[in-house]
Amino acid sequence: MSILIDKKTKLIVQGITGRDGSFHAEQMKKYGTNVVGGVTPGKGGTKMHGIPVFDSMQEAVAKTRANTSVIYVPPPFAVDAIYEAVDAGIKLVICITEGVPANDMMKVYEYVKANGARLIGPNSPGLISTDKSKVGIMPGNIVKKGSVGVVSRSGTLTYEAIWALTSAGIGQTTCLGIGGDQIIGTNFIDVLEMFEADSATKAVVMIGEIGGTDEEQAAQYVKKHMTKPVVGFIAGRMAPPGKRMGHAGAIISGGSGTAEDKIKALNAAGIPVAASPTEIPDLIKEKLAMKKAASAGKKKASARAKAGAKKKEEAKKKKAGKKKGATKKTTVKPKAKTQKKSTKKR
Amino acid sequence: MKIHEYQARGIFASAGIPVPRGKAVSTVADAVAAAEEYARPVMVKAQVHVGGRGKAGGVQYAENVEAARVWAQKILGMDIKGLKVNTVLVTEAADIVTEAYVGIVIDRASKAPVIMVSAAGGVDIEEVAAKTPEKICKLAVDPQMGLRAYQARDLAARLYRDINLVRQAADIIMKLYDVYWKVDASLVEINPLITTPDGKVVAIDAKINIDDNGLFRHKEIEAMRDLDAEDPSEHEAREGDLSFVSLSGNIGCMVNGAGLAMATMDLVKHYGGDPANFLDIGGSSNPQKVLTAMRIILRNPNVRAILINIFGGITRCDDVANGIVMAYEELRPDIPIVVRLTGTNEEEARKILKKVNLESAATLDDVVKMAIKLAESDAANVGRVA
Repeated sequence: MSILIDKKTKLIVQGITGRDGSFHAEQMKKYGTNVVGGVTPGKGGTKMHGIPVFDSMQEAVAKTRANTSVIYVPPPFAVDAIYEAVDAGIKLVICITEGVPANDMMKVYEYVKANGARLIGPNSPGLISTDKSKVGIMPGNIVKKGSVGVVSRSGTLTYEAIWALTSAGIGQTTCLGIGGDQIIGTNFIDVLEMFEADSATKAVVMIGEIGGTDEEQAAQYVKKHMTKPVVGFIAGRMAPPGKRMGHAGAIISGGSGTAEDKIKALNAAGIPVAASPTEIPDLIKEKLAMKKAASAGKKKASARAKAGAKKKEEAKKKKAGKKKGATKKTTVKPKAKTQKKSTKKR
Repeated sequence: MKIHEYQARGIFASAGIPVPRGKAVSTVADAVAAAEEYARPVMVKAQVHVGGRGKAGGVQYAENVEAARVWAQKILGMDIKGLKVNTVLVTEAADIVTEAYVGIVIDRASKAPVIMVSAAGGVDIEEVAAKTPEKICKLAVDPQMGLRAYQARDLAARLYRDINLVRQAADIIMKLYDVYWKVDASLVEINPLITTPDGKVVAIDAKINIDDNGLFRHKEIEAMRDLDAEDPSEHEAREGDLSFVSLSGNIGCMVNGAGLAMATMDLVKHYGGDPANFLDIGGSSNPQKVLTAMRIILRNPNVRAILINIFGGITRCDDVANGIVMAYEELRPDIPIVVRLTGTNEEEARKILKKVNLESAATLDDVVKMAIKLAESDAANVGRVA
């Protein structure tokens, strides 16, 4: 399994005729994503890389039954594109655009929530569910199918971490960038919750950076609610306060949002933090081995307990059989099962 | 982006927030003229983008015109935390009865603008926030609903008991909220908001920070940018569509992507080096950008080695390699450069780099260690005079 996107994803590309939109529409299609259409007002009826282009989201959704959209339009039009997608009934909107005004985002966030949709980004690199679907701008050749979920506030740093995992033979379920802005649609906790619920994900890598307190809150969540191991990385230990480090959200302000605080919070929640992205695979291996050992211990214990219980039960049954002759029933059931199996084979 | 107090108070005044009369001047003669015009005691206030200017001596009370002349002379040209004062604001001095604080800031956690008010305003508000946070009252405003009059009244009532003052303050809070949205601010602040002996509420200071992402629809505010107050390299970087922050170390860094750029700097520090800057060349890989980036890094005389780390995704490694070759030929750098290029078109990039005898390191950790070693070696320091 995976989270958010898979083979059922039917994608519309908003801004498909632009430079970035057209390039990535092709890349996504090549990866195997079901790109069912694109939207550029005024370009309806044309095609882009064989993908039909529509004038509006309303029309695109009506004709393609799309359930997901990705936005590549320039910043002045990006917020409008989010409203348009949600208004057309799209339930998952991924906004790649960087440079969206934060105050506009606060308003659209409320709208998305009220309409039961989910927004990822803005300023997100998108996501990949390995071997199923890729939405956004992440390079498809660095991922490998496996059981680790990756969630990050960054783009290329995420690729670096994914590449470190893949190079070490550790594959991924879904890799997702939540975006480097101050106001974003989906936070770490939302994604951690999804990874915890996803049966194929066995461990999670969380890549944070300076600014805000999202990592601290995520650490609390992991401590309280997650059974799966989480490994962390925090960028910006060297960042001076008050300076925006590229991402709009990467800024230490009023003494809050430092890397030191975040690393402390993660460690306190039992999340080891890598000093270099290349350390991440080893931390994952350690954590998974620890968990295996722990659960093996538990399994042994529970197996022992079960065996004990079985013996007791058998003893009971024997007693009961002697009394009432109920052994017949227990022998009939397995027979029925084998019969079913054999019919399937034929 | 930050704007100066005199610019912010202009925006406040046009929104109907009461401010004292004042003029921004850059010569002593103009400061004296302003003081003469007001014909009463004035304040002379340094206009610099840094907090704590009052404590640094950049805000002074002048009883008369002569005192205004003396203070203007002292403050103009003064150095406040490394910034030179080129402009002073001369305002009528107000008689102060009480000092309160009112601010609106974007709050990431609640995804809403949060209004903060405190009856304990003035220069020590940061200390109040740190030591007695209960003295600051906060309200997260639903961005859809907007600030309602009753909410503004409730907040104002935390500042004053007198209904006359509450009404005035509530009106100011409403107007401040409008300013916040109108200019795409990330912060608007009045500290202090004062009351006068004749029962007036007046904003005698003004601060506005603008969300950089909102600037595209505010040409009038972009025009307020004070280029003198900026690091020239940071300015050139912005013009060239690069993100740059200068630091104090000796290893120049050039990376694609903000997160990876931060992580690379961190790793330099982790292995015992010291980065000279943060520089993100962004997602596109225009060779011209690489050239500009190199020029900015080389301008820093402290730089002893340059570290280039590129993870090609959208960015094509061959484009970056072409940029590096261009920079080599045009700028002829006299310090060692180490490169690590991986991802899209990596092989082509390696071939291009051979032209200038550069080899790409295998891993991120390797290239960082190489850069540190080179920056420390004497060879790097030969042709370089700081």
